[in-house]
Amino acid sequence: MIKKKYFLNANIIDPQNSIDEVGGLIIDENGLIEAAGKKVNTNNIPSREKYIDLKGKYIIPGIVDMRVFVGEPGFEYKENFRTLSEASLSGGVTSVVTMPNTNPVIDNVSIVDFLKRRGRDKAKINIFPTASLTKNLEGTNMTEFGLLQAKGIVGFTDGYKTIQNTRLMSRIMRSAYDLNCLIMQHVEDKELSKDGMVNDGIISTKLGLQGISDLAEKIIIERDLTLLEDFNCRYHISQISSQKSLEVIKRRKENVEFTCGVSINNLSLNENDIGDFRTFLKLSPPLRTEDDRLALIKGINNDLIDVIVSDHKPEDEEQKRLTFAQAAAGASGIETLLPLALELYHNESIKLNKIIKALTCNPAKILKINKGNLSIGNDADFCILDINKPWVVKKENLISKSKNTSIEGRKLQGKITNTFVKGEELFKI
Amino acid sequence: MANVKKAIKISQKHLLGIQDLSITDVNIILTEAKQFIDLNKSKNKKLDVLRGKTQINLFFEPSTRTQSSFELAGKRLGADVMSMNLNNSAIKKGETLIDTAMTLNAMHPDIIVVRHQDSGASNLLSQKVNCAVLNAGDGRREHPTQALLDALTIIDRKKKIEGLKIAICGDIVHSRVARSNIYLLNMLGAEVNIIAPSNLMPKDIDKLGVNSFSDMKKGLKDCDIVMMLRLQNERMTSSFLSSNREYYEYYGLTPDKLNYAKDDALIMHPGPMNRGIEIDTNLADDINKSVIKEQVELGVAVRMACLKIFCE
Repeated sequence: MIKKKYFLNANIIDPQNSIDEVGGLIIDENGLIEAAGKKVNTNNIPSREKYIDLKGKYIIPGIVDMRVFVGEPGFEYKENFRTLSEASLSGGVTSVVTMPNTNPVIDNVSIVDFLKRRGRDKAKINIFPTASLTKNLEGTNMTEFGLLQAKGIVGFTDGYKTIQNTRLMSRIMRSAYDLNCLIMQHVEDKELSKDGMVNDGIISTKLGLQGISDLAEKIIIERDLTLLEDFNCRYHISQISSQKSLEVIKRRKENVEFTCGVSINNLSLNENDIGDFRTFLKLSPPLRTEDDRLALIKGINNDLIDVIVSDHKPEDEEQKRLTFAQAAAGASGIETLLPLALELYHNESIKLNKIIKALTCNPAKILKINKGNLSIGNDADFCILDINKPWVVKKENLISKSKNTSIEGRKLQGKITNTFVKGEELFKI
Repeated sequence: MANVKKAIKISQKHLLGIQDLSITDVNIILTEAKQFIDLNKSKNKKLDVLRGKTQINLFFEPSTRTQSSFELAGKRLGADVMSMNLNNSAIKKGETLIDTAMTLNAMHPDIIVVRHQDSGASNLLSQKVNCAVLNAGDGRREHPTQALLDALTIIDRKKKIEGLKIAICGDIVHSRVARSNIYLLNMLGAEVNIIAPSNLMPKDIDKLGVNSFSDMKKGLKDCDIVMMLRLQNERMTSSFLSSNREYYEYYGLTPDKLNYAKDDALIMHPGPMNRGIEIDTNLADDINKSVIKEQVELGVAVRMACLKIFCE
């Protein structure tokens, strides 16, 4: 039992319940949502109870981040469940979907038990683990989708690897259809993108780095969506990076059902940010042109892209203090996911409601988890946002164990001031 | 000669690439280099302008001509030169470039000349050491002293670069020489034609202000200079070409193809050459047309100039 909590005078945004209004929020003694919205005002609060006047700050559902790499097990020095949890809370993220690219790989039932135990003991946020599509991420033999799902696995993906074999992919889709499993594919033709480091174009030519063609992404999307016409399972494209991919998605939406995500990095940065070989901007998929970035923003506005993810990939300094070719790909980004996304609201690229939707109820619906909303009776996972608060990203202030942020020194506007999980305040600025 | 003083200082601390240089910088280097051409032909070649200075040649990739050229250049200026070939020592033991840099930095060198197989390696090194860094080739990105010596050779023979039509032909995608030359020759007012099979042509190269051709004959038309590049088989991780035989047929420089260029066109090659693959062996040795040996000779002068300027 916890103390009942009352919040008033907040801008409440809960896209799932079509709430976007000034109002209040009541949390009951069990940490569940009792009421939310404009109907909550001083009139329904007993006079003896104290309430918190938020004076125009925002209340949004806790963010559901669909693509997070955690170092546990195997790479605890990069990130463990405890540090991930702390970092997430400071960014308003209350649910994360963890990738199976660990050591050992999350590919069997017994390791899922371990993962759930560690997640429960060390993390204060909700951990939704995925398992790999293939054993040991080798791209040859399927894992036990049914048994793993029964253990609480929410989806299947090879993380930053792609199923290259078309026949295997068709079989994966068939099994996923039978067992009603979610497949999340990192879309990249690895033969075409081999040795690639940055977008194939003028920047790769100038820097003398092997390029990754946007066709590598498009080809896998075309292939998978073609297969999907025959084997219609729950299919999600983990993240896209280019205009060409969006054109395919737009065309295919007419005859097949699928969903699609994008990394906040690809929405906020372009290949020019790599500058003088900044290894922290070596990402997969790579940052592409400004035209691609603008197309991705349009993709969110046109509902072709459903989800925004952090693609949080902690890497220790040793993996980044190398030449560009040797450096590991990926950026730590879970704590800056929302503030960086808010940049798109402040510069009027995307409406606030749409951004919150792509960060909360959209991923939850795809995952079929009851998160990312403020529905009455649900766990009170939410955060309070000071939408105009200016701040500067400094790696020494990051909570995540790895400091490989792609936006060091960036001036952002908007910061989470409080985060609650199951009604309990777990982060406070 | 010794009392000629530089009027203007170079704008950069390091020589990492032609991209960073202004036209004034280039002229400072070329003017300085010209003074060393005659010295290198004279009997007493030794100067003492770098006496007491320490030059470290840090070569992570095998090199014969560039390394010996830098070594000779440093010695002729009186520097203490140490050459380290790291392709088989520290790196094998797992030491990173930054750690190697830190180690060397602790020995207080005045200048480090570096060659590395990864693009951007010299930039990374320059951020970690206190002394000047000269890039002797980083991956596919830049090889600035090669471009400078090529420019000096062209000026020596043609008396100018502005207005010349220059073809760069061969394995462009893997070539740092091509990139540095594109920047430099463009800056100096030449018209640059890039000739390569599509598989060896980098994406969006036209955006660098050059004309690109996959038909060698068209690309060579009316050129004053034909710069041939080596086919870098060691960098080719998959099949780029069907065979050397076919490559020679379409992209090898033969008397027949050279006829498309101007009558007085000069042939250049940064070396080492694959005779019979990218260039006809007789053409390579034709003293009336080929300036390949002169390139090597002026290379020492250019490197002396760079060492002197960046050591200060």
